[in-house]
Amino acid sequence: MTQGLINANPVVHAKKERIARAEDTHAADAVDSLDVFDSVRDIRDPEHPYSLEQLSVLSEESITVDKKLGRIQITFTPTVQHCSMATVIGLCLRVKLLQSFPLHFKVDINVSPGSHADEESVNKQLNDKERVAAALENPSLRQLVDECLCSSEL
Amino acid sequence: MSEIDLVDGNLALKEIQKLDGHTDRVWSLAWNPAAGAGGLPPTLASCSGDKTARIWQQGPSGSWNCTAVLEDAHNRTVRSCAWSPCGKLLATGSFDATTAIWQQIGGDFECVATLEGHENEVKGVAWNSSGSFLATCSRDKSVWIWEMQPGNEFDCAAVLHGHTQDVKMVQWHPHFDVLVSVSYDNSIRIWLEDGDLNGWSCVQTLGETSSGHSSTVWALSFSSGGDRMVTCRDGIIATGAADDSICLFHETKDSLVGGQSYSLILKKDKAHDMDVNSVQWNPNEPKILASASDDGSIKLWRLTQVP
Repeated sequence: MTQGLINANPVVHAKKERIARAEDTHAADAVDSLDVFDSVRDIRDPEHPYSLEQLSVLSEESITVDKKLGRIQITFTPTVQHCSMATVIGLCLRVKLLQSFPLHFKVDINVSPGSHADEESVNKQLNDKERVAAALENPSLRQLVDECLCSSEL
Repeated sequence: MSEIDLVDGNLALKEIQKLDGHTDRVWSLAWNPAAGAGGLPPTLASCSGDKTARIWQQGPSGSWNCTAVLEDAHNRTVRSCAWSPCGKLLATGSFDATTAIWQQIGGDFECVATLEGHENEVKGVAWNSSGSFLATCSRDKSVWIWEMQPGNEFDCAAVLHGHTQDVKMVQWHPHFDVLVSVSYDNSIRIWLEDGDLNGWSCVQTLGETSSGHSSTVWALSFSSGGDRMVTCRDGIIATGAADDSICLFHETKDSLVGGQSYSLILKKDKAHDMDVNSVQWNPNEPKILASASDDGSIKLWRLTQVP
């Protein structure tokens, strides 16, 4: 990154202890917020070698699952108010959930209230599926997303 | 839809057939308006995130088959498709920033023209009622009007600026050369060619206060008479949505003063496994509805009355 890091000195938190859970196939009626958190907590931040969990971008509490309606809602908190990486983080979350949970789940992704200078516009972009589809066809953006997701599997 | 009496009996949407073939979400559908003329069987075009468009036709047995796959013209998602009024040309708009024009030559569909000019994703394509103009719209915030010349040549007649964000869809009035565009900027714009030689200009903008839309305006449709706009055709308005359902609305008899009111007459839950992206009434067989979904399938439905 030529213009330097957006947040050069992020606060890094300890990872929460993992609760061992029986591996199931994420049947629609069994998905809960911990399942969702487990699938996204290790996504790497686009500009740091730390996970979204370590940077407190996400927590289990910031995820709600409505099993009956098949809805997953994630609220994340960018590390700085002017984080231009917020949309990339949102894309990473969307792709990861698409890969991990039944396709009929509806996913809402938003930044937490007051956490971003362009909150409304970031939220609108992240939930416009046409823009998301177009963004994921952009090779450089797709590569960035894939790298953030790939490191989560290490 | 007038032959359906909305007062007596219950309505049902019965699935006629599921059309599988696309390998990614199906974004949009278009019925060929010329079906029935010259022996052309009922024909539907669909387009998808799999970078192709497909042509589906009803065979003599009544069942539907894919008769052509339109590929190799676009290298990204094909977002929208539209038949010319004569039914001979199909326009496809793609995220690759181009619009392709297809014509059936012999048994095959061939790409006979590629319209380049938009800076990025083309989101909507629409022909005017006479087939002389094609409008395209894009994430680049502009709307282009292309004038058809002999020999499948398309000249750019106008580039319309005004929207401040992505233009999601364009649609012509069914009888007059009035163009309407809807956008991510939450507004609806109406465009007209003015009498002098100034070309095309925006004659009206319906912003949040006049349209009631406080977020992206995704789509619009005219009634067949052209006196009303919505997602509407001849009485019963069909809507598809991200809740996987199809809803039908009808104008209620006791209209409000100064406006129409519409009531929900049927909701088909779980019409698809995922979001419903497009619903289109068959213009030649008005009780037949086609729907397209993120689940990659297209479904054909018949509106029936259950005793």
